[in-house]
Amino acid sequence: MVSIRSISSHPGSLSPNDLPWIIHHREERCTLCGKCAAVCPVNTLKLTYMRKRMPKIVLSSSERGSSFQTFVGIRQRTDVGRRCIGCGSCAMVCPNEAIAPVFNDNDRYRFLATAGGDAPKRGGRRNVPGASLLDRIIFNRISMLTDPALDAGRHEFSYNTLLGRVLPPEEYVRRKMSGEWIPPVREVFPIIIGSMSFGALSPNMWLGLLQGVAYCNEVLGIPVRMATGEGGCPPWVLRSPFLKYIILQVASGYFGWDEIIRAIPEMQCDPAAIEIKYGQGAKPGDGGLLMWFKVSKLIARLRGVPEGVDLPSPPVHQTLYSIEESVMKMIQSMSMAWNFKVPVYPKISGSTSAKAVLNNLVRNPYASALLIDGIDGGTGAAYDISLNATGHPIASNVRDCYLDLCRQGKQNEIPIFAAGGVGKTGNVVQNALALIMLGASGVHIGKFIMQSAAGCLGSERNRCNVCNLGICPKGITSQNPKIYRRLDSDDVAQRVVETFQAIQIEMKKVMAPLGRSQSLPIGMSDALGIADKDAADRLSIRYVC
Amino acid sequence: MCRLAMKTASQPFSPFTVVEAMESMQEGYDGSGLGLLLRGLEFADYKYQAGDPILSGIAHTPAALHRLNEIMDNKGFELKYDHEFEVKRSMIEAQDRHKYILRVYSLPKAWAHLSQEEVDHELMMTRLGLRLDGEAHGDDLTAFSLWPDVAMIKEVGWPLGIGQAFSLNNDRIKSRICFAQGRQNTNYGINLYACHPFFIQGVATMTNGENSAFVPIRDWLSGKGFPGYMGYQSDSEVFAHILHYVTKQLKLPLQAYKHVMTPLNNQQLAAHPQGDFLLGLRNVCRRLIIDGPNAVIGSLPDETCLLVMDAKKLRPATVGGKPGEWAVASEICGVDAMIPDRDQSKDFQPMREHTVVIPPDRQELEIWSQFDQFPLIQAA
Repeated sequence: MVSIRSISSHPGSLSPNDLPWIIHHREERCTLCGKCAAVCPVNTLKLTYMRKRMPKIVLSSSERGSSFQTFVGIRQRTDVGRRCIGCGSCAMVCPNEAIAPVFNDNDRYRFLATAGGDAPKRGGRRNVPGASLLDRIIFNRISMLTDPALDAGRHEFSYNTLLGRVLPPEEYVRRKMSGEWIPPVREVFPIIIGSMSFGALSPNMWLGLLQGVAYCNEVLGIPVRMATGEGGCPPWVLRSPFLKYIILQVASGYFGWDEIIRAIPEMQCDPAAIEIKYGQGAKPGDGGLLMWFKVSKLIARLRGVPEGVDLPSPPVHQTLYSIEESVMKMIQSMSMAWNFKVPVYPKISGSTSAKAVLNNLVRNPYASALLIDGIDGGTGAAYDISLNATGHPIASNVRDCYLDLCRQGKQNEIPIFAAGGVGKTGNVVQNALALIMLGASGVHIGKFIMQSAAGCLGSERNRCNVCNLGICPKGITSQNPKIYRRLDSDDVAQRVVETFQAIQIEMKKVMAPLGRSQSLPIGMSDALGIADKDAADRLSIRYVC
Repeated sequence: MCRLAMKTASQPFSPFTVVEAMESMQEGYDGSGLGLLLRGLEFADYKYQAGDPILSGIAHTPAALHRLNEIMDNKGFELKYDHEFEVKRSMIEAQDRHKYILRVYSLPKAWAHLSQEEVDHELMMTRLGLRLDGEAHGDDLTAFSLWPDVAMIKEVGWPLGIGQAFSLNNDRIKSRICFAQGRQNTNYGINLYACHPFFIQGVATMTNGENSAFVPIRDWLSGKGFPGYMGYQSDSEVFAHILHYVTKQLKLPLQAYKHVMTPLNNQQLAAHPQGDFLLGLRNVCRRLIIDGPNAVIGSLPDETCLLVMDAKKLRPATVGGKPGEWAVASEICGVDAMIPDRDQSKDFQPMREHTVVIPPDRQELEIWSQFDQFPLIQAA
């Protein structure tokens, strides 16, 4: 037996079998082209010369010995920083299908990810794979005989939603008669591209999204809106007619707002809305975080900061100490900045205290909506513990808030938007309509559109999820031109359009058998069922089995 | 699906005419019930005085009747006339009907100083009080309506059979308006309150169809805090409440009813002379947008009758008649049964954008298109 000292073993040692992703390399297929090693975003692949001993035995004589051969092959690095992230870029570029990462659910990496004393951070969302609660909600109030089924292919369907403060009808009639101010209301598609900042996303990704959104609006007539996230908006976009498709976010770091405020006098149109971010589902209690890798020259210019520094936003808006003050000051100030013609609403993380926020908004005549972001929401960078264990699932949070508004008869006045895990497993329309029938007026999607429109590789098995490091293998969340040039913004735009076209078809395919075509079925909870008694009771929907 | 029949005439007629019209459309319903609404009443053995409230309902037990008397006495109502139906009990399925109530009262003297709006409210609260009292005692007391010049009859069974069981062909009771609907309930349990027509403060509707947007509409109306917006044993009850809300609470013209329930789309509103107002109205009344196939027939306290189609016209209805009498039915044979001697070529089947209004003078139909301007005094 060899002495233990001759084996490289210390507490942090890992072998390939200990890693969450193991590279399977078929040397007999490998042409040694080296593309895999070149493309690997974490440099885990080592293209190397290796030596192997060949025992030499000649049966006809007593000759014994060894000969040595050298060969060229791929090896997987095992240190924490360069572990395989499972992105599969190697498989994508390999001409001979000689290499691919394979998931290993028996990893030991998770215990050692704290190397260096920092808690693990990543992008993505809560790593809970499999069907979500929203995936398990089905639509079961089928009107086939009592109501001749609608034809999803040929009938006209109305499924846009309202973003903005809606007056009680009596008050609307009174104000209209007397010519008083009517709060701004936007008619928008109920699936909104949620806040992902210009900074978190690469320029090609962000502009591809905007191109796609503009096409949806101007050619297809689908009023899709997208939110900027914290970090502002390119100056030319602020002065363009596309601004009306954009929800500008103001968050606790106020990044990008210098540019926005300066652009107001030159704006050709009003933005779709202003979103005041108080919280985020993926990391409640944390502000935004743009790590230094991603603070490029352009980003630094937009945000008014030096290049290459970490940009952590404070967890709260520093000028405020209570929700009442937030509502009073920020919502009214933002409304005033656009002459009370732009809806202003807060975004909060899913929380048991969401109802308190909502009730406060109900009493403020300028509050336009509430966006609640649940625990399954995604992010570009957060601590694992925040992503995985902090926050509130969106379904019951939205339901509680909606029923609370119903009791006050105000469910049409303050629209609730839901986010966090919508389309997590690809079922974006099922998830969105489930939330809408639970009471949401619409949903925000983030990660889903990255997956659908740009081929984001991230998954809840912690595949890839390195959005925080600026090394996104697809060029979606990188600020490195060498990487983001991989992503063609025209292609992204094309996929955005295809995605929303397909979403429209699926929405009709759900609404038609329910006998709904005249309006978005907000709060139509009688159409929902779930084969889980506890969830059914909690959500006040039908238990089915 | 069920069938509807409605007749309105300057001269009072027997409700049996309308029940017979139901029979002519018998393939269209399952015979689970009959609901009748009579307005503009004339009794053979009593001279009705305009303005006196009429209570319609059922006391299922002597105790319930006793409590009813007590409640009405305590409120100060004085009984002026108690209409005794000549009921053939053997023809009625239900055995727990102690007394069918159709009584004329005089308004309590204590209400003399109340405004008309307050009287209307008190009448509604009295009806709801009776209803809640019945519900608190095992549903032994049912109150359909308490309103001047309106009577309602609802019972489980085949419509013609119920008409005969109530001896409605004996001409002891006639009316200028009669609504009939021939089915209990589409999607919810059998319940006398679930049977059309529905009534609230003089406003009544009945519907042929299914309102698939029922739950969100119910939730919104319930949240208004108006005591009359309750019950909802049927998805169609909200049609009556929306009509009440639009005309009595928002005080908008009758035409707005159609715009609230089945609003125009953006393109159509852009070309509409009142598009700006209507777009805002669509937003604020968004939770009242109906869905599914529905033909809604309604009537107002001034004896105006109306017929409104759903936004896709998924349910049929025909209106026909002549000056002085008009009929609306789900099928042409229903109109034939009610007014055989009309000019059939002038029958009208409204399309999705139409509201047909039969004004109280009953001289001619008003066919109003949603694309047209309407008399909106307030804003447009």
